[in-house]
Amino acid sequence: MHITDILVTGEPIIYGAMVSMALVGIALFFLLTYFKKWGWLWREWLTTVDHKKIGVMYILSALLMLFRGGVDAMMMRVQLAFPDLGFLNSQHYNEIFTTHGTIMIIFMAMPFLIGLMNIIVPLQIGARDFAFPYLNALSFWSFFFGMALFNISFVIGGSPDAGWTSYTPLSGAAMSPGPGQNFYLMGLQLSGIGTLATGINLMVTILKMRAPGMKLFHMPIFTWSTLVTCFIIVFAFPILTVALALLTIDRIFGSQFFTLTGEGLPMMWANLFWMWGHPEVYIVILPAFGIFSEVIATFAKKRLFGYNVMVWSMIVIALLSFLVWVHHFFTMGAGAFVNSVFSISTMLIAVPTGVKIFNWLATLYKSKIEFTVPMLWSLAFIPSFILGGVTGVMLGMAAADYQFHNSYFLIAHFHYVLIAGTVFACFAGLVFWYPKMFGHKMNERLGKWAFWLFFFGFHVCFFPQYFLGLDGMPRRLFITNVVEWLPLNVISTVGAFGMGLGFIVFVYNVYYSFRYSERETTGDSWNGNGRTLEWATTTPVPYYNFATVPYVDEIDPYVRMKEEGKTTFEESKVKPIHMPSYTGQPFIMMAFLGLASFGLVFEWMYVAVFGLLGGVVMMIRRSFDYDDGYYVPVEEIKRTEKKARGL
Amino acid sequence: MKAKHLRNRWLGLLPLGLILFLSGCGQLEMTVLDPKGPVAESQYDLIVYSLWFMLGIIVVVFALFAYMLIKYRENRPGRKESDYDPNLHGNTTIEVVWTVIPFIIVILLSIPTVTTLYDLEKPPEPEAGEEAKDPLVVYATTADWKWFFSYPEQDIETVNYLHIPTDRPIEFRLTSADSMSALWIPALGGQKYNMAGMMTKLYLEADEEGTYDGRNSNFNGEGFAAQTFKVHAESEEEFNTWAEEVKNEAPELTAERYDELLQPGLTDKESFSSTHLEYVQHHTKEGMGYVVENYREQFKKKLHLYEIEEQESFQ
Repeated sequence: MHITDILVTGEPIIYGAMVSMALVGIALFFLLTYFKKWGWLWREWLTTVDHKKIGVMYILSALLMLFRGGVDAMMMRVQLAFPDLGFLNSQHYNEIFTTHGTIMIIFMAMPFLIGLMNIIVPLQIGARDFAFPYLNALSFWSFFFGMALFNISFVIGGSPDAGWTSYTPLSGAAMSPGPGQNFYLMGLQLSGIGTLATGINLMVTILKMRAPGMKLFHMPIFTWSTLVTCFIIVFAFPILTVALALLTIDRIFGSQFFTLTGEGLPMMWANLFWMWGHPEVYIVILPAFGIFSEVIATFAKKRLFGYNVMVWSMIVIALLSFLVWVHHFFTMGAGAFVNSVFSISTMLIAVPTGVKIFNWLATLYKSKIEFTVPMLWSLAFIPSFILGGVTGVMLGMAAADYQFHNSYFLIAHFHYVLIAGTVFACFAGLVFWYPKMFGHKMNERLGKWAFWLFFFGFHVCFFPQYFLGLDGMPRRLFITNVVEWLPLNVISTVGAFGMGLGFIVFVYNVYYSFRYSERETTGDSWNGNGRTLEWATTTPVPYYNFATVPYVDEIDPYVRMKEEGKTTFEESKVKPIHMPSYTGQPFIMMAFLGLASFGLVFEWMYVAVFGLLGGVVMMIRRSFDYDDGYYVPVEEIKRTEKKARGL
Repeated sequence: MKAKHLRNRWLGLLPLGLILFLSGCGQLEMTVLDPKGPVAESQYDLIVYSLWFMLGIIVVVFALFAYMLIKYRENRPGRKESDYDPNLHGNTTIEVVWTVIPFIIVILLSIPTVTTLYDLEKPPEPEAGEEAKDPLVVYATTADWKWFFSYPEQDIETVNYLHIPTDRPIEFRLTSADSMSALWIPALGGQKYNMAGMMTKLYLEADEEGTYDGRNSNFNGEGFAAQTFKVHAESEEEFNTWAEEVKNEAPELTAERYDELLQPGLTDKESFSSTHLEYVQHHTKEGMGYVVENYREQFKKKLHLYEIEEQESFQ
């Protein structure tokens, strides 16, 4: 096989991407070598099992993917606003919207939120790490290699082009030959291992490792949202795993589960995909709700209104999320009865969601609203999400959905909920907890610029798309060849660039704040308004999190701790702390499985078998691994705490 | 100062949204909101009905939101001590109220949704005073990336264009020779999927003469954007004349010609004086793999479309 058979050739844009990727790679290599940072990279990051560092790596990867997915989006918007340029051809456009969707959901939204959960949840419940720190590192590396595999597809082998839903029979071997679709299958499968493991890991952590006295209904709302999300992950992801495996076997080994030949059932894919896919939507929105609740309560300087109702509404949403999948294909002709049932179950979700919205509004009632950047993102969420929510109900009305389905009305709707919900929450959460992660805040002025650019860009981009949908413009169309659709598409593109600009300002702010922001001296970074345990730790958070874990028997425990002058360092109670050892095994194991996946993508069975064997050997090694971690001596804890607290 | 600045921007959203919305409705004459037949009409009615509820919800939430932001911002001049109650954390009455109201809204939305759903499974009712006509049966078959419309009653078949009589229900029998697609004529009503190995039924009807745009609305690969067709809705007489003309003048659709047309790729409009229906039954288990088995190699070729001829505007 010749190299040009594997590399994607003939596309100037892709050549450009190849060159820039190579340059960045070379630059990184030289920088690491020049500053002698290879050892540091391995010891501090690649082998870490510290939940905070793993969280940071998740968030960095997610930001990188937000960039990649965003560039995909810009390219689509340019093509749709200027159809005469001949910027993208149909094949290229199809690849781009496929990678855009897949990356934004699987490799941006989820890891961003999982990153925040990684860092914050143990701190909120008074835990010193995850229940299974080794497994947590494993999860990250499985996500990382899955992401890497998916992303190299556009320079090696060609990107998948059947949409992020990858409907069969289109995505089967007959109609989508070549490695593109295999990249999708293996990338998702590999990273799916990590997501499922994280779901179990966080669930156990939350259920078993809470601070003494902390009952479930004392937990911070973000932790609650994480727990509910974990249940959804554990029940939903196995469906995806099975579906992906069946389609992989179809494509690579010639079975006929979803094929048109051999009495396959192509429509079964749509069912399996959405049985996972709809709960997946809630996997990325519930933690967002949790973040907004934390931020709004903090900057309203007030207890969250209706805490119990907030929790129960999340549980109800989680249950309902498994009962609505058919609404993604009302038009499959399942009949009036089936569509009626799923129509009503879909609209029912609006009830608990509406209750949450009212609870947030009530939290603002008789409060003292401070307009910080995280608060701006959270406040902007409410009106924006309402627009996405009501159009969601309209889409849920099956008879009307026959007109909305597959149109830009749908596109506008899910971007309104996913951006105003998930992306706003990612920004809000990141800015909010930034001082906990990096020891300094992000610059407020630049933060506001980023916010307003992104916020207005978002509305200008997606609001017109509702009308494009009502005018009959279908999704996934590579060219705007109906004259009436052009003006609104141009407006939409302008908005998209506004969002892009906002993102650039945000990234610049990361650099600017690193250089110029004041370093935090206290742990309670937001003017002493912290309400939950993460703010009780010092900044930077010591690797063992809590020198002494406080006794908690109420919601917002840190409010009272501050009143009573209690801290997480009660010198007389300090005992040696048991911590897990760093290990390179998760990285190596997942590198092997990544290699196996790569082999399967190109159907090079020797490579696949070698990678798989490597993975199995690493698993056997783990089984005979008797490293129980180590104890942090009392002296070291005292020294660290005194230094951090300036005692 | 900063807060005032902020408030103005927030408030600015509401009229901005409305203006955009109204101008959108008024000037663009959006196809879905300009129905040309009873099916689209019933869906339009449902959409407008729901839109009132949605606007109501939006107005209530936006108003409450604006009120909270203005009244309870920290640095509002003239804030009173009583404007702050940090331990306020629940109120059963109001929580029951805002749970029950959405419930009622869901019920109010469900009733017309369900009744419309059941109505759409039947041919549209004739208008008062007119007698019911038997639906005209049209088999709409897709193959990558074209449409075949077979008229068994007239024994004719067209490719990539459709003629229908007005004021008579059309019973589309949808199936696909390969990938999943969907028949959507937004001016006449909502879509349904075409799937190989299956047959779905879709009733539509035009009550105004005219040319409407129809398309495959479900992404199915490279030629997706080109898989469109024009719908010519004309009076019963005109339709019959057209059908007879095709029957008399167009060539027969032979099995060989049909096989040629089934190959993945784009084709022009064509007319035939017979149908393909006896050659292959794409909606049966036996026939669903026909195209994939015969043309597997051709799916490997790429079209790399850069442009497709500009379409006439929606009516």
